[in-house]
Amino acid sequence: MTALLHVDNISKRFGGFVALDGINLEVQPGERLGLIGPNGSGKSTLVNCICGTLQNETGNVLFDGRTMDGLAAHQRTHQGLARSFQLPRPFHSMSLADNLRVPLLYTVHARPGQLRTPADVEARCGELLTMVGLASKAKQRPRDLTQVEMRKLELARAMAAEPKLLIADESMAGLSHSEIEDILSLLMELNGRGITIILIEHIMSAVMKFSQRLAVLVSGKKVADGKPEDVVRDPEVVRAYLGQ
Amino acid sequence: MSTIKFSIITAAVGLAVLVFAHWFGVDYVYFAGYTILQFIVLSTAWNILGGYCGYVNFGTAAFFALGAYSSVFWYNFFPLPIPVLIVLGAVGSGIVGFGMGYLTLRLRGAFFSIATLALAVVLQTLVVNWDFVGGSRGAYILHPENLEIGSVSVHYIEYLFTLMLVLTVVALVTARIIERSQLGYGFATIRDDELAAEACGVPTLRLKLIATTLSGAFMGMAGAPFPYYIGYLQPQSAFALDYAVNSIAMPMIGGTQSWIGPLIGAIVLGSAQQYATVTISSAVNLLIVGLMLVGFVIIAPNGLYGLVEEQWRRRRRKS
Amino acid sequence: MDISADLVVNAIVAGLLLGGFYAAVTAGISIAFGMLDIVNIAHPAFVILGSYIAYFFSASLGIDPIIISILAMPFFYLLGMAVYQVYYVAFERRGQEALRGLAFFFGLLFVTEVTLILTFGVDYRYVEAVYIGPSIHIGLIDMPLRMLVPCLVSLALFAAIELFVTRTFLGRAIMAVSQDQLALQLMAANPIRIKRIAFAISIATASVAGALLIVIQPVEPSVGREYIGRVFAICVLGGLGSMPGTLIAALLLGVVESITSTFYGPSWSPAVSFGFLLLTLAFRPSGLMGR
Repeated sequence: MTALLHVDNISKRFGGFVALDGINLEVQPGERLGLIGPNGSGKSTLVNCICGTLQNETGNVLFDGRTMDGLAAHQRTHQGLARSFQLPRPFHSMSLADNLRVPLLYTVHARPGQLRTPADVEARCGELLTMVGLASKAKQRPRDLTQVEMRKLELARAMAAEPKLLIADESMAGLSHSEIEDILSLLMELNGRGITIILIEHIMSAVMKFSQRLAVLVSGKKVADGKPEDVVRDPEVVRAYLGQ
Repeated sequence: MSTIKFSIITAAVGLAVLVFAHWFGVDYVYFAGYTILQFIVLSTAWNILGGYCGYVNFGTAAFFALGAYSSVFWYNFFPLPIPVLIVLGAVGSGIVGFGMGYLTLRLRGAFFSIATLALAVVLQTLVVNWDFVGGSRGAYILHPENLEIGSVSVHYIEYLFTLMLVLTVVALVTARIIERSQLGYGFATIRDDELAAEACGVPTLRLKLIATTLSGAFMGMAGAPFPYYIGYLQPQSAFALDYAVNSIAMPMIGGTQSWIGPLIGAIVLGSAQQYATVTISSAVNLLIVGLMLVGFVIIAPNGLYGLVEEQWRRRRRKS
Repeated sequence: MDISADLVVNAIVAGLLLGGFYAAVTAGISIAFGMLDIVNIAHPAFVILGSYIAYFFSASLGIDPIIISILAMPFFYLLGMAVYQVYYVAFERRGQEALRGLAFFFGLLFVTEVTLILTFGVDYRYVEAVYIGPSIHIGLIDMPLRMLVPCLVSLALFAAIELFVTRTFLGRAIMAVSQDQLALQLMAANPIRIKRIAFAISIATASVAGALLIVIQPVEPSVGREYIGRVFAICVLGGLGSMPGTLIAALLLGVVESITSTFYGPSWSPAVSFGFLLLTLAFRPSGLMGR
């Protein structure tokens, strides 16, 4: 089975600082991949390079058999790559419903054969908001939301683009145990519908519960990639997290 | 309210204004009114890029003057009726808007803004050095005192006023159509968070180019009749910094997030300026504009309309 | 048109002297925009303010204008602190600096210019000083002291800033803020306070730059506008935040403007700097020595 996402020898520098050093990664369709690593290891940079927010200097990103080189971020989203941001970035001047309307109009609507009437779009907004439990706040603005709710909105907005692959970037930081369970079950449900998910997280319990496979990034290099139980016992991984 | 209803109402209001002005019968009404209408068009045009997309254009004068000087060019080369000149002004300024955008919109908004300032100065220098359009000495545009249409004779200034009124209606309707359309949503996301917009599938560069082109085109349209209005066009008056300040101050004061903001701002500020120029002095009037801009930007970032809208929303939430 | 060696050499020398002066004017923007990311397009207005203050006190007290400007620096420093405070509270803190912050500075530019018009009128003002008039002659080269002195003072100012930024703790803190605000916070330094100081310094330089300007040429309130393009062109061309790059870019621009002016006439020179700016933004926005 060909990989849905193939990250081939990606490197990225910022001036003299090497953020990513020859990263190779594959994600199979329908897989749940966990990506962990200490702060500053390059996880977010990797996401940005995959999604097109940043341009990698070397290497290639192949998604669904197509090369993503030269494609702008919005084009990659059209292809089926979606991501949520580590620090939520909602559209502050719009209601929650309108926040979701944007990816519906610009991504889903743009796909051939996916014509939707305004009523369809409206209904889909409602569905998505219900899925994350924000239906009652549909007409409110993002500034009226709590941290958890902002995270959920962020995920809902990424979902609205009907991606094949969703990258959830630290959606659970700072949440309570039950809130983490909420998000986790949401992600599991999405995966159940066939969406491939890359979960980037620091909360090990969630990562272990969620991932079928685990990759570890340290200082811009991938140091481990395999079954979660094996990876956490890998001495190099332990060293990276606990120091020598 | 549907777009068609809005268009009809706006056109009707425009017609009413025209009838009222005609009944008043004093030429000064047309002269002053033309200036205010011009400001409405310029502010609305500015707001499409500035208020909706969040990209500040300091070079309103460049696009306006381009429209004006294109009219001067045609006047000297091959005289054409003003409505045609307006279309040509739109095309010329629209193309320049597109070109500017293409060169600079990939960069941060601040660089785009600085580039617009640069554009105004470069264009002014080019015009000052081009004798065919009068150079620094200026250009005279002669027109008949009255316009003859069949058996009807109309004062020329009334004709210009009517043209500007039509342009104003078109600009306002266009702004409203954009606001309520998919394009308007896209613009708003660019303003709120361009990075997130891209992640949601919004083709930000394409939309920004649409905005700069449209904005530039309308500014050019506003500029095209100007030489006929003023009779003697000098680069200093076509490229005056007032245009830049006013086209920014009026939407900021009226409200940048809706089509009605530039309208409110232009009427309020435009009238205040007319009054101040006549009663105090034109330099003080500019000072007032500058101070109001700074004041509003700090205190009421969403302008007068924003304040009103905030009140409505608070009242709705209480009920 | 006779293109004699004499003419070319003098054009180049005049350009270098001019460019040196431009560096002084740009120094403030280099700090504000290059390091703090604050698009202070009102900077030229502060420079013109400096010119007028130098003019006013020089005319009434008979003291050398450059000396006056140095004495005025503390006041400009305080003014800079006040402006930054407003900017920070109203815009930076709310994340609104892109649209509203720019409009704010634009408004300031305008208000300053109009206030000067109302106070001093639109006539050109000039100062008198010992070094305005005589020139030094070295072989083919004519160097009016009127240009040479500002150039030297400007280079001194530039060197002072460069030393400050690289050698003092506060200076390096400013560099740190420009590179990584979060890291600075973790080191228990207050980035806002540091930015405020840096911005205040940038406005203080405007005082001196203004005096140098009025020594070189007569000044009237709208002269500031020509400099907006120049300073940003130099800043961008030199690479944001690189002081040596800014200096090189300033000299380069000065020479190009001087040659254009000598051979094609002075009415083309605004187009030179602004054209430079447009080209740089379009094709190489990271500048010559950009980070």
